[in-house]
Amino acid sequence: GSGRITAEMIEHLERLALVDFGSREAVARLEKAIAFSNRLHAVHTDGVEPMESVLEDRCLYLRSDDVVEGNCAEELLQNSHRIVEEYFVAPPGNIPLPKLDEQEPVLHS
Amino acid sequence: MKTMLGRTLREVSAALKQGQITPTELCQKCLSLIKKTKYLNAYITVTEEVALKQAEESEKRYKNGQSLGVLDGIPIAIKDNFSTSGIETTCASNMLKGYVPPYNATVVQKLLDQGALLMGKTNLDEFAMGSGSTDSVFGPVKNPWSYSKQYRERRRQKPHGENEDSNWVITGGSSGGSAAAVSAFTCFAALGSDTGGSTRNPAALCGLVGVKPSYGLVSRHGLIPLVNSMDAPGILTRYVDDAAVVLGMLAGHDPKDSTTVQDPVKPFTLPSLTDVSKLCIGIPKEYLVPELSSEVRSLWSKAADLFESEGAKVVEVSLPHISYSIVCYHVLCTSEVASNMARFDGLQYGHRCDIDVSTEAMYAATRREGFNEVVRGRILSGNFFLLKENYENYFIKAQKVRRLIANDFVNVFNSGVDVLLTPTTLSAAVPYLEFIKEDNRTRSAQDDIFTQAVNMAGLPAVNIPVALSNQGLPIGLQFIGRAFCDQQLLTIAKWFEKQVEFPVTQLQELMDDCSSVLENGKLASMSLKQ
Repeated sequence: GSGRITAEMIEHLERLALVDFGSREAVARLEKAIAFSNRLHAVHTDGVEPMESVLEDRCLYLRSDDVVEGNCAEELLQNSHRIVEEYFVAPPGNIPLPKLDEQEPVLHS
Repeated sequence: MKTMLGRTLREVSAALKQGQITPTELCQKCLSLIKKTKYLNAYITVTEEVALKQAEESEKRYKNGQSLGVLDGIPIAIKDNFSTSGIETTCASNMLKGYVPPYNATVVQKLLDQGALLMGKTNLDEFAMGSGSTDSVFGPVKNPWSYSKQYRERRRQKPHGENEDSNWVITGGSSGGSAAAVSAFTCFAALGSDTGGSTRNPAALCGLVGVKPSYGLVSRHGLIPLVNSMDAPGILTRYVDDAAVVLGMLAGHDPKDSTTVQDPVKPFTLPSLTDVSKLCIGIPKEYLVPELSSEVRSLWSKAADLFESEGAKVVEVSLPHISYSIVCYHVLCTSEVASNMARFDGLQYGHRCDIDVSTEAMYAATRREGFNEVVRGRILSGNFFLLKENYENYFIKAQKVRRLIANDFVNVFNSGVDVLLTPTTLSAAVPYLEFIKEDNRTRSAQDDIFTQAVNMAGLPAVNIPVALSNQGLPIGLQFIGRAFCDQQLLTIAKWFEKQVEFPVTQLQELMDDCSSVLENGKLASMSLKQ
């Protein structure tokens, strides 16, 4: 339904999206967007199947499983900021983002 | 007598073959114009060396009588969300500043294979999100028509006494850079992309032909995706015939894009229609909205009358669910965007922040630094609609509404209508200062109203420039065709183009005056973004 977005929801979305709202205005914009989208509920869609693609009556083309190109590891590695030999270097994983109340206050006064 | 730059592709191709002009001369003319019109901010990257080298090779081919075709030696520009090998591709975003793709998008490759000269990569709204080409990390694009004598005279009457350049109008978006590039004669054709109207909207505001082909006709491989189920590469030219030439080169199955259909396609020439009496033109009544400007409404009406007076059947039709198209698009677009933007994490390409504490922290900071507010906003909205508790009520619901909209079009075409005739935009271009008073989402919802449903249904559509407003700014109308009947659509559009005789080249002389004044710094260009 409509209504304000809770702090919990903000945290949840920021974690899922790995993008932050950054300001009260951004949260307000999302609330407006949701209110706008609620208009969809006025449409009668009983018995209507969801449409994923306008080309649903056709089959997707599958290529044959033959290697025709590749061997460009060096070229691809060059686009990364941090590599070691043939590896992309990532920071350690499995460390969750700190909870909102553990972070610097950005959004909540 | 039109100068070389104002001619059609076929005319220039003939001139190149006959040696009236060389590819290098043509290239130099366009490069020089690009420099003179730098204040438009149409280009993000100008590929001068590449273009000159291509021109040299084209010249050799012409000398040996081995030209590749109509596009050989012709300057073109490409929107900066198409991957170009060895040439920076930014999507007008900090996220991809400095990113150099190792491959060409299929449509880019096809144009290069035909010998076209790449002038540069054009400016756009960041990641193609927007309807003004005002939300780019490189600053907004200015509509060349802002510098037409008529428009400037009207503006001078206002007693503001402000800087003379502050009333420039937008190009529309998101393919505004491509539109400005073609409109200012710096190239003969440009690629844009069209997800909700992003090629047709700037075409209308810049007085150009803007084609959105049927979904599945042209390959999206290498087009950095926004909404995979709606994106289409778009074509911007000054003449319908030119767009048909380009479309003929680009259409066809691509093994690298499995959403391209496998029907055989070959380059087509548009027949010159003389008799429209067998045609049935549909006018969707739901498109007559109160926000439609009286000037556009009047032109729409005159166009319908024109077809009728020439013997065509003109009927009112109904698309009952069309008013939900914008809402439906909003949900589907943000949802697909949330997914598509997930690939930008700083690890393999693009911007990367300095934080190294954890992958999550690194991704979050990278994305905060790389994306502007518009992009972040859409990602967050999309994630909201995709939450388990919302999925059925928003995302699936929108997919059902999409089917209803697509069916509305099918029903109309099944009733004997050949093409639909509609406005493309609510009005001619508005001043930048006015445009930015509302946020991106609000503007997109307003501006996409006539164009968006076409992407829902995957149909082909084209904007044809019709006339100048009483402010001297272009107004266009849209034709919508049946799926995969792009040739028929453009044939009808070409007939209509001939009837309306839009002053295509009027802008050229007017801009020549203006650009030298701007070059001397008498009119300082106000950059109001950031």
